[in-house]
Amino acid sequence: MRKTIDRTFVALTLTATVIILTIIAIIVGNIVVHGTDTLSLEFLTAAPKDGMMAGGIFPAIYGTVLLVLLMSLVAVPFGVLVAIYFAEYARAESRLYRWTRMAVNNLAGVPSIVFGLFGLGFFIQTIGHGIDQILYPGYLVYGQPSVLWAAMTMAVLTLPVVIITVEETLRAVPREYREASLALGATRLQTVFRVILPQAWSGVMTGAILAISRGAGEVAPVLFTGAAYFLPELPTRANEQFMHLGYHIYAMSTQSPDVEATKPILYSTVLVLLVLTFLLNITAILIRNRMRRWATR
Amino acid sequence: MGDQVKISVNRANFFYGMQQALQDVTIRIRPCFVTALIGPSGCGKSTFLRALNRMNDLIPGTRLEGRVELDGEDVYSSSMDVIQLRRRVGMIFQRSNPFPMSIYENVAYGPRVNGLTKKRPELDIIVEKTLRSAALWDEVKDRLARSAMSLSGGQQQRLCIARALAVEPEVLLMDEPASALDPISTAKIEELIYELKRAYTIVIVTHNMQQAARVSDETGFFLNGRLVEFAETRKLFTAPAKRETEDYITGRFG
Repeated sequence: MRKTIDRTFVALTLTATVIILTIIAIIVGNIVVHGTDTLSLEFLTAAPKDGMMAGGIFPAIYGTVLLVLLMSLVAVPFGVLVAIYFAEYARAESRLYRWTRMAVNNLAGVPSIVFGLFGLGFFIQTIGHGIDQILYPGYLVYGQPSVLWAAMTMAVLTLPVVIITVEETLRAVPREYREASLALGATRLQTVFRVILPQAWSGVMTGAILAISRGAGEVAPVLFTGAAYFLPELPTRANEQFMHLGYHIYAMSTQSPDVEATKPILYSTVLVLLVLTFLLNITAILIRNRMRRWATR
Repeated sequence: MGDQVKISVNRANFFYGMQQALQDVTIRIRPCFVTALIGPSGCGKSTFLRALNRMNDLIPGTRLEGRVELDGEDVYSSSMDVIQLRRRVGMIFQRSNPFPMSIYENVAYGPRVNGLTKKRPELDIIVEKTLRSAALWDEVKDRLARSAMSLSGGQQQRLCIARALAVEPEVLLMDEPASALDPISTAKIEELIYELKRAYTIVIVTHNMQQAARVSDETGFFLNGRLVEFAETRKLFTAPAKRETEDYITGRFG
């Protein structure tokens, strides 16, 4: 009897695994099968034309990569600093720690559209508008949606992931190293930057990878903050708008005058988004592995 | 130098939160002596050791009453620079804990963070000198750039001693430095302690009574947070004044 239950349970776990695999296979297979036909060099390097029913998606690829890079430049250093505060300096009973901890945990659960609205209200209307009033009175320079504000908004969204991943890695560094360093007369700052952080680089990169994956795929946060519906020219300044792969997919599938005609392009765009996210991840993983080898040399 | 005192502890009480770990400990540690602290697990000997360079400060909710002096200076006064104190009072831990860096960088770490020198030729001299003092130079001189993790346990512990010596401390605190090592490595560490006491004041916590008898000049016996007896090592092991000391060193408990 117990043996039967045992076997049934194993069968159950196996079935669940197979179902998941099947779903993923169907999604990816479907996209690959339908998406490869229209995929061409021109598709990857040209701008959309004819009401987005022809041409390529280069501005969207460019915009997405730019967004993700800008976002990482903000989210990773900022997240690492907060994680250092949490893991190395904060005392568990301090009020500042408890509140920021709660804020970070809750931030991770906020729907992404809320971040979009926050970005619009805070970055564009408050900060951007403020900058304009002081530096460019009468002109609209920073008080409008742009790749800069979209990246900042996305950084706020991905911050909890970075913080939590880096914090866990910092906490996993054995206490012995901290004690050894401090017992040699090192300050806490020296201990953090010369001993602890070098051992946590892989965690920092993991945080970056997770942030990039999330940032490349989310659409809602950039809807109000910088993504353009159609913009064949590439953004050259931080205060210009940009095209975004995710938003482009949404636009083509809902706003196109002829949905059936755009379908092949749509499939290819989705495929590109998948591959791009994959490539960004691989790059970050390669950097992480290299750092790991370097650290343990 | 009969009456000289390097570290003086007067009526120290130590608390982890509400729990008292040291009770009324008074001790005078003499310069260029090896002072051994023995006692059963949890008797407070490690807590006492870590009170001398304020490593206990790192544990939240701890508190020390009483007075600890290094060369007559109050170690716990607000004007004491803890960073400077820890440079003067080095520490060797039970588990060898070299940094995951090269052998060279491990030794150079202390001089670098303390701003003693940043110049490579000067660091080279310090690294060689301290590795020699720690009786490790001949074994590692050809592979200074290799990871410290590639060394054996005994070598790692001697590297930790070299690392501690590199910041030119006056006192070395050793917390069961050989307890995780094999007998041969242990013998090397003990020889080293014997060599080092010419220049350094050494306080060593050990649960190995033979080791205390072999390496130390004076020995203190801790029990339940109290310093039961403190005497010349030979006297303490051959003619203890207290009943508890005798029971412990003859193996009747502990």
